[in-house]
Amino acid sequence: MTLQDYHVTRSSNAARTAAILGALILIALVAAPWWAGRADMRLMGEIFLYLALASLWNLMAGYAGLVSVGQQAFVGFGGYMLFALTMFAGLHPIAAIGLAGVFGALVSVPVAVLIFRLRGAYFAIGTWVIAEVFRLGFAQISSLGGGSGSSLPVAIVKSLASKRAMRESLSYWLALGAAVTVITAVYLFLRSRKGLALTAIRDNELAARSLGIDIWRTKFTVYVVTSALTAMIGALIFLQKLRISPDAAFSVNDWTAFVIFIVVIGGIGTIEGPIVGTLVFFALRETLADLGTIYLIVLGVVAIVIMLKAPKGIWGLIRARFDLQLFPLGYRVMVPGKTDKS
Amino acid sequence: MDWLNVIVQGTLLGGLYALFAAGLSLIFGVMRLVNISHGDLIVLAAYLGLTVTSATGLHPLLALVLVVPTMGVIGYVLQRGLLNQTLGDDLLPPLLVTFGLSVIIQNGLLEVYTADPQKMDAGTLETASLAVGGLNLGVLPLLTFAVAIVVIWGLQWTFYHTALGRAFRAVSDNQDIAQLMGLNRRHIFGVAMALALGVTAIAGVLLGIRTSFDPSIGGGRLIFGFEAVIIGGLGNLWGTLAGGVILGVAQTVGAKVDPGWQILSGHLAFLFILAIRPNGLFPRISA
Repeated sequence: MTLQDYHVTRSSNAARTAAILGALILIALVAAPWWAGRADMRLMGEIFLYLALASLWNLMAGYAGLVSVGQQAFVGFGGYMLFALTMFAGLHPIAAIGLAGVFGALVSVPVAVLIFRLRGAYFAIGTWVIAEVFRLGFAQISSLGGGSGSSLPVAIVKSLASKRAMRESLSYWLALGAAVTVITAVYLFLRSRKGLALTAIRDNELAARSLGIDIWRTKFTVYVVTSALTAMIGALIFLQKLRISPDAAFSVNDWTAFVIFIVVIGGIGTIEGPIVGTLVFFALRETLADLGTIYLIVLGVVAIVIMLKAPKGIWGLIRARFDLQLFPLGYRVMVPGKTDKS
Repeated sequence: MDWLNVIVQGTLLGGLYALFAAGLSLIFGVMRLVNISHGDLIVLAAYLGLTVTSATGLHPLLALVLVVPTMGVIGYVLQRGLLNQTLGDDLLPPLLVTFGLSVIIQNGLLEVYTADPQKMDAGTLETASLAVGGLNLGVLPLLTFAVAIVVIWGLQWTFYHTALGRAFRAVSDNQDIAQLMGLNRRHIFGVAMALALGVTAIAGVLLGIRTSFDPSIGGGRLIFGFEAVIIGGLGNLWGTLAGGVILGVAQTVGAKVDPGWQILSGHLAFLFILAIRPNGLFPRISA
């Protein structure tokens, strides 16, 4: 057995199986308008949008160490951009969603320069202040309905597709597309050179800095990209809701608390975590939602227990037990004669 | 005269914000913990005050005799039972656990007290005022400001002139060496949180006399306290009072220009100071 017999690989049987299964599931999901009912499609659309938000928050908090409790700033901003651009600039809703991303990126630059001065937990509350500034600011714009909000005019809704069934399918596909795009983007980003830098920062900031990684710039890039994508998801969310108000658009519970719980429960700092977390979150919601506030208390307790007893979340437990990695990011050394145990 | 009045009222309002901030500042100083549920704990104190006054018929200020120790006990138990487990080099656990706690407290209050706005009845104290040099100053805001000064002076004195304060400073400087010197840091942290929530209790009851409150307002109170801390500079209690005053004045001036701008102008003043003086106006320690 010589050194040449060893080889280093990224993939594994589990990852290949997961890729094939994932592709099959994706095909089935794309075909959902032909097999699922309207209510199911609405629910699945919502699941995809939360999955996208959770994956983005996970990229920021789990990899870049930017724990934000103010992502509702960009969700709401994107939603308002959709309304403003379609109502006042006469853009097609899909063009408006794209442009909401561009504006989201532009707005996030001065925001990042300002709040990156705050460290750790103070950064978190700083992001919340920004979200409040956005909320109170949009409440002052009377052409967008001020504090009480406004509805998307029927003509704009019809411009998406004239038939209701077609509109529903389209908005379902947009949500599915958003989730797939975000997860693919996060995956490819983490496999890239910048992603490697980011993983190094996650593991040890000091060591990463001493290797010449520009920490500020890497975090800044992540923040801007995440903000842009979050704004696009926000636009999609309010394209489904058709109605926007400052309190709904910048709700810390809806767009940040739930998202944080999803990521913590699923497993922070892994790509698989938000996927597992989203499924668990919606399973809990569909069974316990009738309990109202009790449901939220349960969610809070579950998140605290997981953070203390299993900080890597459900996926962390699974990975520790079975050595699984469905999205191959790490490398493993293959010893000749031994089969790939995963 | 109008503007002078606005500035004086803002200054007095700043006293309340300094009380929101003092507990936050204290626990950050001792154990580098930022408690996201701080605002909800303020609201919890207001509800405890309400329960005590409606059950016993006591005046809200007398109710403090019960509310302050209760919040202190809650603080000690919370710290030793839960929050001590989150302390360490990793930033995420304390942040996410206190965030979860915030959601639990808020929804717990909703469950018990419903979402209806409540207010404590403090009788004539609410409307009493003093005429000072052509200005009408409310007795309650004056009292709040005086309480803020006394509380901050008291915390400062505790920090620098008592054995407990020495223990606080010791664990703050180096936990391991303090432990070697025979201090039980878990107990010290518990006491610090008890003290912080005692201050929070005062802040909550004064808030509940001044305005109506409901379970959802905790986040906003956390933000005001946080802004006062950052404006004043981390780790400086008198700076926190100055930060509260600046925030209060910014809010009343904003409200004078346009009532819709009250809260927004406070946030903008905070962001402006963050832009020109990232460490606050009177920093003592770096985060």
